[in-house]
Amino acid sequence: MKLDKILKNLLLVVLACFALSACATKKVSTSQLQGDVYTGSDTVEYLASGVPDRVFFATNESVLTTASRETLRKQAAWLRKNSDVTIVLEGHADERGTREYNLALGERRANAAKDYLMTYGISSDRISVLSYGKERPVDSGSNPLAWSKNRRSVTVKAN
Amino acid sequence: MKSIKFLIISLLIFLLAPIKSYSLIEVDITRGNLNPLPVAVSPLSIDETSKKSFEGLLKKKDIGAEISSIVENNLKTSGLFNPLSKDAFLQAPDIANLKPRFEDWNLIKAQALITGKVTNVEDKLRVEFRLWDVLAGKEMMALAFTTVPTNWRRVGHIISDKVYERLTGEKGYFDTRIIYVAEEGPKTKRIKKLAIMDQDGANNKFLTLGNELVLTPRFNPNSQMVTYLSYFRNLPRVYLLDIETGMQEVVGDFPGMTFAPRFSPDGKKIIMSFAKDGNSDIYTMDLENRIVEKITNHPSIDTSPSYSPDGKLICFNSDRSGYQQIYVMRSDGSNVKRISFGRGIYGTPVWSPRGDLIAFTKLHKGKFYIGVMRIDGSGERLLTENFYQEAPSWSPNGRVLIFYRETKTNDQGEGFSAKLWSIDLTGYNERMVKTPTDGSDPSWSSLLNN
Repeated sequence: MKLDKILKNLLLVVLACFALSACATKKVSTSQLQGDVYTGSDTVEYLASGVPDRVFFATNESVLTTASRETLRKQAAWLRKNSDVTIVLEGHADERGTREYNLALGERRANAAKDYLMTYGISSDRISVLSYGKERPVDSGSNPLAWSKNRRSVTVKAN
Repeated sequence: MKSIKFLIISLLIFLLAPIKSYSLIEVDITRGNLNPLPVAVSPLSIDETSKKSFEGLLKKKDIGAEISSIVENNLKTSGLFNPLSKDAFLQAPDIANLKPRFEDWNLIKAQALITGKVTNVEDKLRVEFRLWDVLAGKEMMALAFTTVPTNWRRVGHIISDKVYERLTGEKGYFDTRIIYVAEEGPKTKRIKKLAIMDQDGANNKFLTLGNELVLTPRFNPNSQMVTYLSYFRNLPRVYLLDIETGMQEVVGDFPGMTFAPRFSPDGKKIIMSFAKDGNSDIYTMDLENRIVEKITNHPSIDTSPSYSPDGKLICFNSDRSGYQQIYVMRSDGSNVKRISFGRGIYGTPVWSPRGDLIAFTKLHKGKFYIGVMRIDGSGERLLTENFYQEAPSWSPNGRVLIFYRETKTNDQGEGFSAKLWSIDLTGYNERMVKTPTDGSDPSWSSLLNN
């Protein structure tokens, strides 16, 4: 009797553990991250059909990924077609860094995007850069996925 | 705003008898104080006529008791003193101020006693107070001030500073103010305003309306000027603000973002970062002749500069090694040396007003720390660990750090808050500093009554 009860409880505990770990893995094994760079499209807006407005970065990095370069080439093509459009590149960082350093990092990220657009023929006259550091997150979560969405450079139409 | 200028019409030091070889009480502030000194703060006595007149002027029923409760609160929050409950006091305030019955105060285990008297002298507030050593049965200090009645809170802070100085041997930090960023609203659309308050949280006042993002205000050590970052017209630039007149101006004419400003110790220069083409370097601007000098010249991020109190050296934050680390250089930018070599990354170095230490923020294995190290990088000591905290600012005596902390949100992004905290250099006495709204980026002023 007693043993039976213990075994039953044990089974419950094991099941509970299983359920919990299943939950946990579901959250971590998100297909929206490559390394720690966001590859999803939750927060992305479009400058025009098929032209995403933002690119994402790894922690502490301002290097453009292959996907980011592809996005920026689409932006450059669209900007060449719409030659009257001027843009602001808004650089952002996640909340896991000191405020002042993040301002510099946001500026560095936006400039990485600017440099790339310029190599695809967009004049620097049409581009201004604005860093928000960690001041304007799009996702207010305190987890790796939220942080990955916040490490970004967003191309915004200025006119 | 003229009233900010403190009008001490008379500051009389009387009865400062030469101290004989009595072993008078002393408070050691160099280590954590687990046994704060028991002190009795007797309410300042006040005669009925003065009481009535100040009640009319200040809308305070008993200004004597109000001032002594400021003293009591200051001494308590310092962590070095334990103000005893007034319920246990046996002697009436007016008699105690004339001649304390030391046996009575000894009985309730008070080691120090503060007494005093408030009077109305031609509609001015006259306050005298005395500090007594209960065990030795001696008067340690006696002072009197006369000032405009609206300065009553400052009188409480000045008394606290005098008591602190007499008992610890070091200047106090109570007659000071904190400038900080008041925050409201959701994390994704935070509204930020400059705010200023007394060190104890009283007299909170907003200095901007919240129409534009403002960050990192810092006091001039020698005046009521403040430098900060404003996103006015979406152009992030360093500004200078006179908090007495409300006048403000952009610092310099830079073709891009300027940020991370601080004053030089003489208050004549602003040192800051200027970001251009993805690279941030450190610059200074002389506020008199407007001459701009480039101090660092490196393709990495150089930011968060802070001068040594003699103005000869600058500590700053750079990622030239690949990650954020702390460096020290001469004020002309020469002789750059990395000083942080511990595990993790380091930011926001800020030089102690005493000159011997640099406080910093450190990130290691997902935790943020506030710590201190000597100016050569040795003797690193972490004072507090948390999910997120940064940006320490020193009390003017270099004994306390104020900084801000942010909470972790849940997966729905709820539960965010930002609060000011303080901690002693010893690592003890960690306290939340209450503000009417959320707060961040605190900066501690110099002593106002210097």
